[in-house]
Amino acid sequence: MPVSNKKYAKILVFSTEKISDPAIDMAGLLKLHYPPTVYTIPVPCSSGIKPRWILNAFEEGFSGVFIAADGSDCPYGESCTEKTGHIVAKTHELMKEKNIESARLRMAAICSVCSESFVKQMKSFNEYLINNVNN
Amino acid sequence: MNKKLGIYICHCGGNISDYVDVEKVKKAIENEEGVAMAKTTMFACADSNQKEMVEDIKSNGLDGVIVASCSPKLHQITFRAVTERAGLNKYNYVHANIREQASWAHSDDKAGATEKAIHIVKAAIAKVRYAESLEPIKIKSKKAVAVFGAGVAGMKAAIELANMGSEVFLVEREFFVGGRTAQWDSVCTSNQSGGEIVSELYEKIKNHKNIILYTGAEAESYSGSIGDFHLKIRIKPSFVKSEFKKENIEKAISVCPVEVDDEFEFNLKKRKAIYQNKESEFPKRPVIDNINCTRCGECEKVCENIDFSQKEETVDLHVGSILMATGFDPYLPETGEFGFNAIDNVITLSQFQRLVSASNKELIYNGKKIKNIAYIYCVGSRQSEGENKFCSRYCCTTTIHSSIEAKKKFPGIFNFHFTRGIRTYGKQEALYHESSKMGDIYLQSYENDPPVVDIQNGKTIVKINDILTGTKEMMVEADLVVLVTGMTPRAENSIGSLFKLPKGRDKFFNEIHMKLRPVETVIDGITIAGTCQGPKNIAESVNSALSAATKSFSYVSKGELELEPIVAEVDKDTCTWCGICSEACPFDAIKKVDYNGKAVAVINNSNCKGCGMCLPVCPSDSIELIAFSNKEIESMIKLLAKD
Repeated sequence: MPVSNKKYAKILVFSTEKISDPAIDMAGLLKLHYPPTVYTIPVPCSSGIKPRWILNAFEEGFSGVFIAADGSDCPYGESCTEKTGHIVAKTHELMKEKNIESARLRMAAICSVCSESFVKQMKSFNEYLINNVNN
Repeated sequence: MNKKLGIYICHCGGNISDYVDVEKVKKAIENEEGVAMAKTTMFACADSNQKEMVEDIKSNGLDGVIVASCSPKLHQITFRAVTERAGLNKYNYVHANIREQASWAHSDDKAGATEKAIHIVKAAIAKVRYAESLEPIKIKSKKAVAVFGAGVAGMKAAIELANMGSEVFLVEREFFVGGRTAQWDSVCTSNQSGGEIVSELYEKIKNHKNIILYTGAEAESYSGSIGDFHLKIRIKPSFVKSEFKKENIEKAISVCPVEVDDEFEFNLKKRKAIYQNKESEFPKRPVIDNINCTRCGECEKVCENIDFSQKEETVDLHVGSILMATGFDPYLPETGEFGFNAIDNVITLSQFQRLVSASNKELIYNGKKIKNIAYIYCVGSRQSEGENKFCSRYCCTTTIHSSIEAKKKFPGIFNFHFTRGIRTYGKQEALYHESSKMGDIYLQSYENDPPVVDIQNGKTIVKINDILTGTKEMMVEADLVVLVTGMTPRAENSIGSLFKLPKGRDKFFNEIHMKLRPVETVIDGITIAGTCQGPKNIAESVNSALSAATKSFSYVSKGELELEPIVAEVDKDTCTWCGICSEACPFDAIKKVDYNGKAVAVINNSNCKGCGMCLPVCPSDSIELIAFSNKEIESMIKLLAKD
């Protein structure tokens, strides 16, 4: 049974200006629908996201945070994947300390043409959050 | 903080207003703190609206502007320019994307789309409140460009840059210019040979006062950034005096005991350790291949022009921009891939082109006269299993062109094309038509059922389940099997590693934006041209070379450069230098300095690319990225989170 009566959970997406944001734009262009409670904040690179911003999103009321990472396409270099992974690991630790379920933070590499994958991720994350998190 | 804000909500014809209630958005935000005016507009980007915006900004004394419209990739630059025209600093403009990420994405849910658009505009208001007036960083730029690679793209780019008035250093790793084009005798779709094209370009380079050509030269190190690159170039000696007699060199070549595969001929022939340029290569001079030469001294005995005392030289170059045109490697099939290196009459497209070029009257391979030729397409391209998912673009056309050449040059040739669908796009389609008219046979298969090359009773047989005839099994007894090998990134990529040039998923150098910024790389000041960026034919390589030359010239033409001021900033009071940020920075932009008797980090603004990798690693949270500060991000989060 869903723990929330709502159809949609609030999800904050940290996208990247050059790689994943164009894919999210293209999802719109292709009219690939996803929950309208998904909001993006574009940053230059996913390895520049501060854990405090993610924690802040949970504190302010977001059910889930999704990092649409540059992955191996990062224009700033190969180290991005590893560094973004570290940010997620570090944030998971901080979430644990605050009793926030680690599954409420997800990350996937979204390349500049990964519109379908982004939409799929948003739908499944929304479903998970609706069923498991009190939104 | 107490800014007077002006907000425009765009209908985009109906692209936005068909799904988002723009009037409702306006009502929801017009009473937000600081909003002095809010308007809806049919087309925000229209000239009339832009003029109205300029007047509004001036008459209302606005100091912050938001346009809620399409993606910032399309019109952020337009509206930044509008605010500038109104006398406002352009960094006081914030763009809100309510089309791609609201009206279109949620066209199935108008209420949801409208609610989302309201939140997006409110978040933009939060961001613009903190936006600071910024001045672009101004730096001096040296009016000189280094071009790496003297193939057709590099040579054309060098000439263009020199014609525009830049000093050009053209650096070629090989001893001769011409690149792959020099290896192609006949090139389509013109009657000019590869050699003639190279010769024409070389003549211009040789005679241009603005171009210095270095051959046998490689970049050893580099420092600096856009406008101010310092390069160290290592130049290999040729071990032959600049003045030489042809007959002496011929004697030296004949006595040289070292014989190696000739790369120019794709190993179909041998060459000596001392060798001369080919007809299509320049400059015309002999060289000694230092890697294979054993220093036996035989050549010195018969040729007074040899000089083993020549030493490697280094030169320092100071340039404002770097243009990369380092080319491609042809795909080398695995042993056994369609019989390559296992069946003796299986060769690559590159080898076939050399073979056709070097043969007269009869086409003979391995002592056998060739009659039936089977071409297997897409070898090393469009791989379903392997890494090369891309189409190499040039190979369908080149194969058909070469097969027509072979048929015309050598009587009695039959061509059988084993394809995965022919891609002779644009004008090149005429070649496909010509080939079909000449009676060439085209067979086709899917990627999961490729042709098979086999030996049966000592004969080479190529089999295919041809989808054009209802997957009927077809068989050809081939005297020669040509594997239509595509383009791959250079295996030797030390120059890419040196400049830390990002590579795409196809492993070629990556541009910033495929369509809108096709020759720029994320390393400011470095542009890419030709096939180092991905498969291209000669015409496409030259197109990209001209484009990259223009872009590189734009960095150096004024002698001064303006850079985006989105860089990291260190709070020197809270920083206690641990060095972690410096280690995280891929661009060597963070240094340790002394500040009031303690060590702190400082950002070199010319090197900082604004990626933000230093932000999350700082234990004391002492680093912020301009326009992405904690207060900006967290105030946006607060507004987006509200119901």
